[in-house]
Amino acid sequence: MVKVLMFGWEFPPYASGGLGTACYGLTKSLSKKGANIIFVVPKADPNAHKFLKIIPTDGMKNIRIKTINSPLTPYMTSQEYEHAYKRYEKSKERSVYGKNLMIEVDRLARAAEVIASEEDFDVIHCHDWLTFKAGINAKRVSGKPLVVHVHATEFDRTGGNGRDDRIYNIEKKGMEAADRVITVSNFTKNKVIENYGIDAGKIEVVHNAVEFNDYNIDRPKISNYDRIVLYLGRITLQKGPDYFIQTASKVLNKMDNVKFVVAGSGDMEGRMIEKAAELGIGDKVLFAGFLQGADIDRAYKMADVYVMPSVSEPFGITPLEAMRNGTPVIISKQSGVSEVIKHCLKVDFWDTDQMANKIIGILKYKSLYDELKKNGGDEILKFSWDVPAEKCNSIYKSVIANG
Amino acid sequence: MVSVCFYFQVHQPFRLKNYSVFDIGNSHNYFDSAKNKEILNKVAGKCYFPANKLMLDLIRNVPGFKISYSFSGVFLDQCEEYNPDIIRSFQELTDTGNVEIIDETHYHSLAFLYSKKEFDKQVKMHSEKIRKLFGQKPKIFRNTELIYNNELAKYIEDKGYKGIIAEGADHILGWRSPNFVYRPKGCDRIRLLLKNYKLSDDIAFRFSERSWKEWPLTIEKYNSWVNGVNGNGNCINLFMDYETIGEHQWADSGIFDFLRLLPAEILRNPDNNFMTPSELVNNYADFGEIDIHMPISWADTERDLSAWRGNKMQLSALRKIYDMEISILNSRDKKLIEDWRRLQTSDHFYYMCTKWFSDGDVHKYFNPYDSPYDSYIAFMNIVNDFNARLEEKKPRWSEQVMMNLQK
Repeated sequence: MVKVLMFGWEFPPYASGGLGTACYGLTKSLSKKGANIIFVVPKADPNAHKFLKIIPTDGMKNIRIKTINSPLTPYMTSQEYEHAYKRYEKSKERSVYGKNLMIEVDRLARAAEVIASEEDFDVIHCHDWLTFKAGINAKRVSGKPLVVHVHATEFDRTGGNGRDDRIYNIEKKGMEAADRVITVSNFTKNKVIENYGIDAGKIEVVHNAVEFNDYNIDRPKISNYDRIVLYLGRITLQKGPDYFIQTASKVLNKMDNVKFVVAGSGDMEGRMIEKAAELGIGDKVLFAGFLQGADIDRAYKMADVYVMPSVSEPFGITPLEAMRNGTPVIISKQSGVSEVIKHCLKVDFWDTDQMANKIIGILKYKSLYDELKKNGGDEILKFSWDVPAEKCNSIYKSVIANG
Repeated sequence: MVSVCFYFQVHQPFRLKNYSVFDIGNSHNYFDSAKNKEILNKVAGKCYFPANKLMLDLIRNVPGFKISYSFSGVFLDQCEEYNPDIIRSFQELTDTGNVEIIDETHYHSLAFLYSKKEFDKQVKMHSEKIRKLFGQKPKIFRNTELIYNNELAKYIEDKGYKGIIAEGADHILGWRSPNFVYRPKGCDRIRLLLKNYKLSDDIAFRFSERSWKEWPLTIEKYNSWVNGVNGNGNCINLFMDYETIGEHQWADSGIFDFLRLLPAEILRNPDNNFMTPSELVNNYADFGEIDIHMPISWADTERDLSAWRGNKMQLSALRKIYDMEISILNSRDKKLIEDWRRLQTSDHFYYMCTKWFSDGDVHKYFNPYDSPYDSYIAFMNIVNDFNARLEEKKPRWSEQVMMNLQK
């Protein structure tokens, strides 16, 4: 039985995105297969999940920093962190936060040293750059092999422009120090080879999967008249929300009875609201805010089509979630998930004419909607987390054997 | 006596553009002529010219070697438009007298399943085209993708054909062998020729398949299988796409050398010979009746219609096209009618097949689309534009009617 020391940054119910969802699905299946997992995360409810031992570093004993009750999310840029930090400055809690993102990352890394010397484990597994320093430290202290899991790179988050070199360097060091690098797609594997100079032989691709929780929700409707096109994700450059708004305008030139729902929040939210207004479609684009839990499935079920127009998407679990809810999907070709799903429509994120063409196709041609719904619903059944968990298991065995 | 009958299908569709919703009303040009020309020339270089040369050499050098072809009308139309040398090359072959041409629907369509009137017109057009280009009047018929049942056989018999071609599907034949001439149920005069799919597909699909236990396929091995039929069969019907030679099976697989040496090897046994489909029908008595009620085809493993009519998209697209028949013909607009017929080519519906999509490449051959869904969107966008053109025509007929009345 493999004992894994795992470092993450978010975990349900305190999760805001795909990273937490992926960590949850993966650890749950790993533990089902007999792995013993110690999951270290800045903030979590230690009693929320029975299948793994969660160490929230905010409640740890014997370390100087009593809490890492952090305002961070894994998707923040330094600027966003500073912005969030300023908000907290006014509150009395501020003393527990580091002044910037890098200090937070270092605090987790120091906590990792203590945990690594106290806990018993065979392999270290880290999720994304925020935990890479922690992983390197844990490896140094324990001598155990290190696996780093790349869910996204700095190049995805910034769209290639204005990357933060400090983050880039941490990513690069983490991948170099690792005994094995896991990427969530071939798309990401290629980025890791090209941009970080990592040896291809050290990289394994483990595609993500989807949870099959059933909320038993009936299909809600905004009105009997309107058709619904859904965007669900952070409203940030990487996810391509501006292409979604442009496409909306093109669709509305051809069809009137369509509403475009944008679910999520992010740094571009204000600009997107303004852009919709500028294009004269303010009444057709609805901003639903950040959704959680059953509301997410409700949104998918409500939609006639789900669109993921990401500029650079290392994987993209949301299309799988939409398909699980029986909703046809259109996905960016610049995504990892497009390597593994067939029963969907694929488009270049910048080709808003084609995006509009495909949306209209699904809305106008009932047979297309029906076939995508049926075949997508069948296809999604093979995306169980047991598959990536099994791959991780054999990666653990191989790095332990080599160490 | 065993007679080997080679029949090659030659077809290229007029592939459609990736026609978008924004093209509706702006462009009535549905066919991707640049791509169609490019593909035709590419296949001509790899298959049509070198394979024709091989066949011509064989006919000249191996006494008694005979073959047969079926050319779709849309293939011949494209040759005339993009590369007439291809037609001249086939004419050189048919001029030898050892080549029989088989009839089919001009547009390689599924018309028989939807409109007998339209089917009749397309068969007649094809027959005319063959007579004009090759000076032959075909006596054998093959329907698109070897789609066949009793009803078709009877219909074709009534048109005066002597033979019809179908797939020797296991689920139809049961214990019986495809290596005889049969009589379709409900028919007297017409004869049924069945494809020996094992020996055909050994060449067409498995020839270069390294994981196949018989690879590499030598002429000695293949000839021993042919001779194995001696004594328990009259004919071996080797029916396949002509593009097998050089395109599906590349030249470096050895397919040209294999076919160059095979005929002489087969003829080393004096009990073997080569015949065309008409000769089989004339030389062999029927070996009983074959009853095929549900339509069969030569596609995929199912050998049914599911490759073209297996999902809702395909059914709705076909329905839309054939529902237009009367108004299209009433428009008397030649361009409109020609476009409509080219839209009937079975490949357009084949591209919409979702059956094997998850498994990959069975339906990939020169498929211009990312997915069956994209092909359906393009097709339906075209249907929308087409309907709008048709609507525009309508006032003019009524004007015509008024004018006629005033006279």
